[in-house]
Amino acid sequence: MSIPQLLVHDREDNVGVVVVEDLAAGTEMLCVVTADNSDFRLTAKADIPIGHKVALKPLKAGDTVIKYGEDIGKMIGDAEVGGHVHTQNCKTKRW
Amino acid sequence: MALDFSNSTVKAWRRENGRVGVRNHVLILPVDDISNAACEAVANNVKGTMALPHAYGRLQFGEDLELHFRTIIGTGANPNVAAVIVIGIEPEWTKVIVDGIAKTGKPVTGFSIEQKGDFETIRQASWKAKEYVHWATELQKEDCPVSDLWISTKCGESDTTTGLSSCPTVGNMYDKLLPQGIYGCFGETSEITGAEHICETRAANPETAAKFKAIWKAYQDDVIEAFKTSDLSDSQPTKGNILGGLTTIEEKAMGNLEKIGRTSTYIDAIGPAETPEKGPGLYFMDSSSAAAECVTLMAAGGYVIHTFPTGQGNVVGNPIVPVIKISGNPRTLRTMSEHIDVDVTGVLTREMTIDQAGDSLIEMIMRTANGRLTAAEALGHREFSMTKLYRSA
Repeated sequence: MSIPQLLVHDREDNVGVVVVEDLAAGTEMLCVVTADNSDFRLTAKADIPIGHKVALKPLKAGDTVIKYGEDIGKMIGDAEVGGHVHTQNCKTKRW
Repeated sequence: MALDFSNSTVKAWRRENGRVGVRNHVLILPVDDISNAACEAVANNVKGTMALPHAYGRLQFGEDLELHFRTIIGTGANPNVAAVIVIGIEPEWTKVIVDGIAKTGKPVTGFSIEQKGDFETIRQASWKAKEYVHWATELQKEDCPVSDLWISTKCGESDTTTGLSSCPTVGNMYDKLLPQGIYGCFGETSEITGAEHICETRAANPETAAKFKAIWKAYQDDVIEAFKTSDLSDSQPTKGNILGGLTTIEEKAMGNLEKIGRTSTYIDAIGPAETPEKGPGLYFMDSSSAAAECVTLMAAGGYVIHTFPTGQGNVVGNPIVPVIKISGNPRTLRTMSEHIDVDVTGVLTREMTIDQAGDSLIEMIMRTANGRLTAAEALGHREFSMTKLYRSA
C-alpha cells in the first residue's frame, strides 16, 4: 500500500491527522483509519502542516469534534470537508 | 508475530535489597540548596561521582517538606545508585536523608557543614566518595530477568503523532511486559483532564478508581480553581503541543492515555515520589506534566528506566535514570534525531505495526539496561527538578 497522507483513529471520527510534511492544497490524500485499516480519498482544501487536523465532514460552529471515537471539543467556526481544524475554529468544551 | 521476551535477561546490578539497577552511580546529594557548592566540589575532586544540585530544602514544612525528603531519599535509594554521600547545612535533616537511604542497605554517609565550613566538609566527603567509587566500580553485573525492571513513562512535547505512534508503542510494551511481572508507572495528573472518565475505567478495581479520581479532583480544586486566571489554555496544551496540531486538552489527554495500552489496568494510585507497595503491576502516580519534574518523581519512586514518547521533540533527561525517547514524527527525526532512541515513523507510513514498534521499544529497553547510553545520557541531559507544593516558611 502506498504511504498515506492522513490517518484517522476511529471510524466515528470527523477529523483526521496529516502525517506528511508540506501537504499542499489540492492534494488528493490517501486516508487510512488505523482502527480497521480501511482507506478512502479526500482532497485537502488548504496547505496543512504535519500533525494538524483535517475535517472529514462539513463542520459548523457548535458541532462536537470526534477523535479517538471521543468528544475532544467543539467547533467555534466552520470548516469545509478537507479544511483545517485547529485553534482558529475548535476549542475545548471545559472552559 | 510478536517476539517472545518471557525468558529474556539483562546484565544489571542486583542491589542489597534485591532490586535491580541498570546504572551504577555514586551520588553526592545535597539536602538543601546551600549545600550544592560543597557537593559540586566533591564531585569535581572525585571522578566517577555525580552531584545533584537543586533549588530547595530550607524552611519547608508539612506535606511539602515530606515530599522534599521523599524525593531526595528516593533518589538516593534508587537501584541505579550504588552509594551516596549526603551533604547538608546542619546534621538533623542530613540524618533524616541518610537514615532513609540506609534502609536499602547500600553504603551512605552524611556530612554537615556548620562548625566545619565548606573546606573541611569537602575534604572529609571527598575521602569517603573516593572509597565509594573504588567499591562501586568493582561491583559485577549479573543476569537479571526483564521482569525485575521497573519501567515508568511520561510523554512530552506531544503532538497528534504521539497519540498515533509513540504513545501506543509504550502501551504495547506495557501490555507485553506487565504480564511478565514488571512494575509500570504513568502519571501527569493535569494531562489526564479530558480523559479522566476513561482513566477511571482502567483501574483494576473500584477502590483504585476512587483513589485516582480523588487525586485528580484535588488537583482541579486545589490548583486549577485556586490559581486559575481564565483556564489552563495558556499551558495545557502547551505552545509546542499547539504548533504540533493538538487543539484541546481532551485531545491531548486521549493521546496521553494511549501509553497504558489496550489490556493493562493500574493497581494503585500513589502520591508523588511514593514507592509502589502492592507488588508488580501498573501504578498511577500523582505528578506534574512538566517533563523533568515528572521523571524526577518517578525516579524517586524507584523506577530504573523511563520511556518517553515525544512528537515535537522534548530533549529531557534524568541524572540517574536513562530516559528512552520514542518518536514517530518524521520532521522531528529529520531535524533533531540526536535526541531520539527509537524511531517509529514507520507507524505513520503504515510500514510498521504498533506490535512491531512495541517490540523495538522492548529491545531498546533491554539494550539500555545492558548499558547502552540513551540519547539524553550521551548529550548530558541531567535535569533534576524537585516538585514544590507551596511557599516555604
